[in-house]
Amino acid sequence: MTGAPPAAAPAGVRATARIRAVADGRGGTALPVLAGEGPLALRRIRSGAGSREEAGVMLVGAMSAPLGGDRLAVHAEAGPGARLALGTAAATLALPGRDGAPALYGVRLAVAAGAAVRWLPEPLVSVRGSDLRVHTRVELAAGARLVLREEQVLGRTGEEPGLLRSRLTADLDGRPLLDQELACGPGAPGGWDGPAVLAGHRAVGQLLVVDPEFAAAPPAPAVLGEYAVAVPLAGPAVLVSALAPDALALRRVLDAACRTYGR
Amino acid sequence: MGGPAALLVLADGRFPAGGHAHSGGAEAACKAGRIRDAASLEDYCRGRLHTAGLTSAGLAAAAALGLDTALLDAAADARTPAPALRTAARRLGRQLLRAARAAWPCPELDALATAFPRGAHQPVVLGATARAAGLGPADAAHLAAYESISGPATATVRLLGLDPFEASGVLARLAGEADAVAGRAEAAARAALAEGPGALPAASSPLLEIAAQAHAAWPVRLFAS
Repeated sequence: MTGAPPAAAPAGVRATARIRAVADGRGGTALPVLAGEGPLALRRIRSGAGSREEAGVMLVGAMSAPLGGDRLAVHAEAGPGARLALGTAAATLALPGRDGAPALYGVRLAVAAGAAVRWLPEPLVSVRGSDLRVHTRVELAAGARLVLREEQVLGRTGEEPGLLRSRLTADLDGRPLLDQELACGPGAPGGWDGPAVLAGHRAVGQLLVVDPEFAAAPPAPAVLGEYAVAVPLAGPAVLVSALAPDALALRRVLDAACRTYGR
Repeated sequence: MGGPAALLVLADGRFPAGGHAHSGGAEAACKAGRIRDAASLEDYCRGRLHTAGLTSAGLAAAAALGLDTALLDAAADARTPAPALRTAARRLGRQLLRAARAAWPCPELDALATAFPRGAHQPVVLGATARAAGLGPADAAHLAAYESISGPATATVRLLGLDPFEASGVLARLAGEADAVAGRAEAAARAALAEGPGALPAASSPLLEIAAQAHAAWPVRLFAS
């Protein structure tokens, strides 16, 4: 930004990574747009769990630090029939900035009919003193498929968390499918750590699976433990919600759920 | 226009809207030991107020402002992942609408009943009812915010034999926060007039959703939710 007003202007980094995946007409997926920016570096990778039709992209290193005042965004788009797997190379650490301004992190996924996106980032760790707002927006066309995992860890080991506000919004065919916001940490509205919200747990996560086949055969609700359930949404989708004492225990629950619901 | 007395009629625990059969998650929380006494009840109610309470208050205020109830009902579905809670919300909505149509008969409430024969989400019906009673969005938001804590408080008296004086003390101590939540909800509802239901709060609690779905599978329970 040039000519920014002095003093009051936020001092943080602004960067957007853009990814566009399209079916290449030979049964595979091409990436005509793969553009990192600033601290957001992108690498094409061989997709591990996915099939050969799937293009794999990793956000490298970069995602390690939204500092207070930063505005980071990832915009990914999958055209008709494309298959895209997105991950991060390491956990994302929300760190305090110098002036106490919140950091913003936006993820936008647009998935066309017949396309499939897997967004499976490593956990987001809310570090003491940080203030991060995350908004993940997913726009799915009718017939799109999605596997999305979100994991939030409140503080590094034995550390108080920062303030984390995280919203996940998914629309399917222009209608709302899921809209959830969780605020936790010092400065969040009261009761966030109490018996109605986190009950002292330090890791919270969700797995969202959208699959057109669920329209005809929605999975039944399943209790996956005292602090985890899988529930069918009011559309062709399943949401797994889990609380755990730490990131490792959370991942175990979500990995098992991913094997059950995520193909 | 409806005055304060209309608000009292709608807020009265004796208004036959069926709320007494629901504990707002308190039954599961008491069984798990998360609500044990007045202090843990207060913490529970505070958490519920700022999550499910805020979201309900936003929907109710928006319905009271006259936003499209079908859009609001879809927004409520998206904000309620657990099918056990969607079912409970629709059942409560249907019961409230029956009482509301008797109390404040009007074409808008008739249309709501026709559009949702199995019940619309309770906060949407609550807002539409407030509107029919001549009340405003702030009233509807207050009703929803207060219900989000009065339900668990009343249920805990029955579940744990908690002293009703203590339960009322909890509600009184949370009154200021409930006012603040209602204020936020009303402001968001006014924004939703221009921007659509996406501007409404979506505050959620993972544990309320998880515990409600597990509770629905209990073979024997005192409360429906």
